[in-house]
Amino acid sequence: MFSNLKIWYHQGKQFIPDVRSSKVPGIFRGRPVISLEKVDEEALVNCCPTRAISIAPVAIDLGKCTFCGECAFAFPEKIRFTTDYKLSTNVRERLVVTEGQDHPIEMDKTLIPVEFTSLFGNSLKLRQVSAGGDNSCEWELNAANNVQFDMGRFGIEFVASPRHADGIVITGPITANMAEPLQICYDAVPDPKMVVLAGTDAISGGIFAGSPALDRSFLNNHRVDLYMAGNPVHPLTVINGMLAVTGRAEE
Amino acid sequence: MKPISIKNNQSIPRSSIPEFSYEAFFALNTGLVAEKPEIHCVNYFGIPETDGIQLICCMADDLEQVILISSCKIQPDRILPSFSAKLFCFEKFEREIHENFGVKYSDHPWLKPVRYPIDRADQTQQIANYPFYSIDSEELHEVGVGPIHAGVIEPGHFRFICNGEQILHLEIQLGYQHRGIEKLMVQNRELSRLVTLAESIAGDTVIGHTTAFAQIWESLCGFKTTREIDFSRTMALELERIAIHTGDLSALCTDIAYQLGSSVFGRLRTPIINFMQEWGGNRLSKGFIRPGQNRFRFTPELAARLREVLDAFTPDFLEMNKELFSLPSALSRFERTGVVSTEDASAIGAVGMAARTSGVPRDIRTTHPHSLYPELRHEIKVKRHGDVYSRVQMRKNEVIQSIGYLKSMAANLPTEEPIPTLSAPGEGLFALSLVEGWRGEICHCAVTGSKGELVHYKVKDPSFHNWLALALAVRNNEISDFPICNKSFNLSYCGHDL
Ligand code: SF4
Repeated sequence: MFSNLKIWYHQGKQFIPDVRSSKVPGIFRGRPVISLEKVDEEALVNCCPTRAISIAPVAIDLGKCTFCGECAFAFPEKIRFTTDYKLSTNVRERLVVTEGQDHPIEMDKTLIPVEFTSLFGNSLKLRQVSAGGDNSCEWELNAANNVQFDMGRFGIEFVASPRHADGIVITGPITANMAEPLQICYDAVPDPKMVVLAGTDAISGGIFAGSPALDRSFLNNHRVDLYMAGNPVHPLTVINGMLAVTGRAEE
Repeated sequence: MKPISIKNNQSIPRSSIPEFSYEAFFALNTGLVAEKPEIHCVNYFGIPETDGIQLICCMADDLEQVILISSCKIQPDRILPSFSAKLFCFEKFEREIHENFGVKYSDHPWLKPVRYPIDRADQTQQIANYPFYSIDSEELHEVGVGPIHAGVIEPGHFRFICNGEQILHLEIQLGYQHRGIEKLMVQNRELSRLVTLAESIAGDTVIGHTTAFAQIWESLCGFKTTREIDFSRTMALELERIAIHTGDLSALCTDIAYQLGSSVFGRLRTPIINFMQEWGGNRLSKGFIRPGQNRFRFTPELAARLREVLDAFTPDFLEMNKELFSLPSALSRFERTGVVSTEDASAIGAVGMAARTSGVPRDIRTTHPHSLYPELRHEIKVKRHGDVYSRVQMRKNEVIQSIGYLKSMAANLPTEEPIPTLSAPGEGLFALSLVEGWRGEICHCAVTGSKGELVHYKVKDPSFHNWLALALAVRNNEISDFPICNKSFNLSYCGHDL
C-alpha cells in the first residue's frame, strides 16, 4: 500500500491541462507554411514522395503528405513546418495549404450534423478499424487515451463493440482483404453514426495510393465526417478533431 | 560446390550465387541446420524468371558471422519434396513460395495460405474461406476472434479449439493487412518513395525496417557510412527498443487489470518518443532515416537533453518494476503461463526477444553486428523458462541494457564530417541486410537488374517466424490467458502481411 502511494506521488502531475493550446516539444512537423518565394517548382513537385505538392499556386495537400519533411529540407526558404497540430477538418479541400497563407485548418460548422452536437456532445464512443494501418496511427490513438492526453476526460473513448459505438475511426489505406470486415463493422454501428479517417494512409492511401492490393470503395459509398491528417496522426490532433466534430472546438 | 559466404550488408554479383540441383540444394540447406545449432535460415524466397523460378536460401552462421547463400532453379509444375517435412523452421517460407508461385510440395505438413497477396498464384483462394484445422468432437468447441479485435490494434483472425476453458489448439490466420509492399518496392523507382514504403512496413518498427532498407541501398551503391550516420542509427534503434518495451509493459499490466502499472509504464513511454520528436520531428521516427544521409545531427544539446530524459525515466521505471515483480497477483498470472520450450523455439526458428526468453541466443547486435554495435560489444541476454514472466523480465532487462548504451554513446559524440555523395545502385547485384529490431531479426534482401533498378525485394519481419511461437505458447493454457500471452510477444500484423 505504502509503496503504491510512493509510486503514485513520484508520478507528479502528468496530464496536459489544456489540450487545445498546449505546446508540443521539439521540432514537430505539423501544419506547413509556404512562402511566396520563387523556387524551381518542378524540382519541388518531384521531391515529394506522394506527390502532395501542386503548383500554380504552390500548395501541399495534407491528406496526401507523409510529413517526411523532404520539401522543407530541399527548399527551406519556401516551406517551413510549424508545430500547429490542429490538422482536422470535415471538408477534404481544407487540408490543402496554399502558398502565402497562414491560417488554421478549421471545420465547416454548418456541415456538422446536428445529432453530433446534440447526442455526442458529452459522450462519444468510437470503434476503431485498422485496415492496413501500419500500427503507428493505432499507437497514437491509444496514446490519446493515456494519462497524459486523457481524451476520456471529454467522454471520448474507443469501445470494443461496434454496437456500442457512435461511429468508426479508420486507419490505414484500406486493403482489399479488410474491405469486407470494414463494411460489416460499419453496418453494425447504430445510426446516427460518423466516419472518421485518421492519418494520411486512410485519407488518401498515402504512399500506397494506387496499389492493386487496396480496395477503397467503402469511401465512395459513405460520407466522411472528419479527416485527421498526420503520419501518424498526433494525439493532440486526434483530441482536437474529436472535440471539433462534436461542436466543442472552443470551450 | 559450396554456398557463397557473405557478411551482413554485403553486395555480391547475383551471378556469383552458386546454383544447385534441387536435390543438392535440399541436402545442403537442411544439412546446415541439422549440423550446427548456430545456423538458422534468415530468408528463403523465390524470384520469378522467364524460364522458371530461382529459389534463394540465406542461412546465417552466428558463430562465423557470415551468411551462406545458395540458389536453385525450378519449374513451377514440378512437385518437390519439402524442407519442412524434415525441419519445421522452413515451414512458412515454403508456404509463401507455394502461395506466390504455385510451387507444389509432396510432403509439406501444413501447406496453407500465408497472407492472400493480391497476385497469388491461385486466385480461387479467398481470405473469407481459410481452411481452418478442426477436430470433430462432442466435447470440444471453437472460438473465433477477429479479424477486428476489441482494442485499437491491427486485424488478424484467431481460431481456438478449446476443451472447456483450456486451449488445445490455436490457428492464426493473417493477411488482412496486405498492402503489396514488396511489389511496390519493385514498381517504384524514386528513392524517396522506396524509403517511405520501407518506413511503412511496420509503423512500430520504423527505425528497424528503415535501417535495413538504408543499409541495403547503401551497400548496392557502394556507399560507406560515416560514423555520424552509424551513431544516429544505433541510438535510434535503442530508443525504439526502450519505447516499445515500456509500452508493452504497460499493455501487459492492462491485460492483468493492474491499473497502476498500466498508467505508469504508459506515461513513461511518452518522454522517450517525445525525445524522438525533439530529435527528428516525429514521435514514431518517420522521416528520420534516409540512405546516405544523416538528416538530424545529434547535437551536444540533444545529448544533454537525453541524459535529462533518461535520468528522470530510470528511477521511476525501476521503482515500478520492483513493485510489479513483487506483486503476487501479477506473478501468478505471468509465471508458467504461455511457455515456449527451448526445443520448440529452435525447431520453428524463433528469433529475437521471444527466442532469447526460451534459451535460444539469437541477437543480430552480437552475431552480425552493424553500425556501432561492434564497439558496443552487446552481450546477449538469455532466459530459459520461455513463459510470459520471462518475456516481461526480458523487456525490463533490455530496457536497462539499452539505457546503458545510450548513456555511453551520448558521452562520446561523433565529430562532424562530410558525407560522401550517394551514387546509383550497381547492376546485377544481390544484397542482404540484417538488423535487430526490438522484436528481433529483420532481414531484407534486394536484387538489382541491368540498369541498377530493383527487380526483387524481399522483406522478412521477425513476426514471420514468431507468430507460430505464440500459437504454441497458448496450448494447454486457459483461454482467458490468451491476451497476456499475445501481448508478451506483441507481434506485427502488417510486418507479416506486407
Ligand atoms: S513533407 Fe509532405 S509535402 Fe513535403 S515532401 Fe514530404 S510528403 Fe511531400
